[in-house]
Amino acid sequence: MTARPVDPPTPATPATPSTPAQPVVEERPTIVMCPEGPMLLRGDAVIEDADGNRHRTTRPVSAVCRCNKSATKPWCDGTHKLLPKKLRP
Amino acid sequence: MLLPKARGTLSEQLFTALREEPGTAVALSATSVDVADDAEDRAIALWASYELHYRGFEDVDDRWEWSPDVLRVRAGLEEALEAEVRERYAAHQPERTDDLAKDLFDYVADHDGPSMARYVQTEATEAQVLELLRQKSVYHLKEADPSAWVVPRLPTGPKAALMELQFDEYGDGNPARLHQHLFERGLEAAGLRSEYGAYVDEATLPVLESNNVQSFFGLHRRLRAASLGHLAAFEATSSIPSRRMAQGLERLGFPDEIADYYREHVEADAVHEQLAVRDICVPLVELEPALADDVFLGAFACLDTEDRQARDLLDRWGVEA
Ligand code: FES
Ligand SMILES: [Fe+2]
Ligand SMILES: [Fe+2]
Repeated sequence: MTARPVDPPTPATPATPSTPAQPVVEERPTIVMCPEGPMLLRGDAVIEDADGNRHRTTRPVSAVCRCNKSATKPWCDGTHKLLPKKLRP
Repeated sequence: MLLPKARGTLSEQLFTALREEPGTAVALSATSVDVADDAEDRAIALWASYELHYRGFEDVDDRWEWSPDVLRVRAGLEEALEAEVRERYAAHQPERTDDLAKDLFDYVADHDGPSMARYVQTEATEAQVLELLRQKSVYHLKEADPSAWVVPRLPTGPKAALMELQFDEYGDGNPARLHQHLFERGLEAAGLRSEYGAYVDEATLPVLESNNVQSFFGLHRRLRAASLGHLAAFEATSSIPSRRMAQGLERLGFPDEIADYYREHVEADAVHEQLAVRDICVPLVELEPALADDVFLGAFACLDTEDRQARDLLDRWGVEA
């Protein structure tokens, strides 16, 4: 067993980075509403659609349709891009 | 994979040298890009010099990858490629606001080009689709690999986001879901060859150029934002065309495996386009504003090379588009 150092720790020398420090990165959100597009959903989930059918996510990030026009509901299939802007989510 | 067939003097000289021992006295130092007045000759030479970094060739010693002679030839070819891409991009400058995500989606949406997917959906013959699959195999068998070079060159946020996207391209850890592998299975089921690079000898010039521009962006750190802009445009033009492709394949009675590749991309790329634009390109430009124009350069290069691949094949088939 090693003895703990008795001396108080020396104060850290102030960092003098040669390149600017990167801003602190925030925790990413689990759910993201994409403007005019789908809702991104991270992680495993089961979604119950309007008809009561259940769908399990199959990938780490899923895109859930918000425009209601997808042919692969509940997942987004890009159809929102074909809608006039005012009909997009 | 073996070295492809040479398509002119430059590629002939390069491939002859590559079959020799690295470091032996070869005529490569005399090989100059100037001898290649032919675009196909240049494209196949550049393609092969990039392939040394991916999977290599059975008939080429792996040590050639970092040969200064090969890199010198490659640099000359890249200079010409870059000049060409930038010249075409100059006529397609984006309209910029302070909303990069919107600008990028709009830039892609406003681009007008022939739709191969729509033709496959409703009209293409089986033979035409088989030809298209052979051409597309040159990229799809290494799908996502060119942007993988970019990962270590990014700051924290965009790096994690690119990995999140790439992880899905590579099957989320499940080899059976790797996109390249889905395409291999599709090719086999359709009665085509599935080995890496199987159809390079019949690759059209625009197919080689599309491959080359992706490797070029991916392998040069200074062009990391162009690589990611290319990725964003690729993902943002995939979901709807992939659905049309799947419908065309169903119409013609192609096996499920190949339609499944496209069905997977309907859903996957509806996610990937959002990640590529909102979590990769936008945060990268926030951190490094000088890279904004390269994002659009890359996006343009994607749209432009995809157009030219489609137009070339449709022309060969005598289809108006
Ligand atoms: S939100 Fe994309 S198809 Fe509905
Ligand atoms: Fe993919
Ligand atoms: Fe994708």
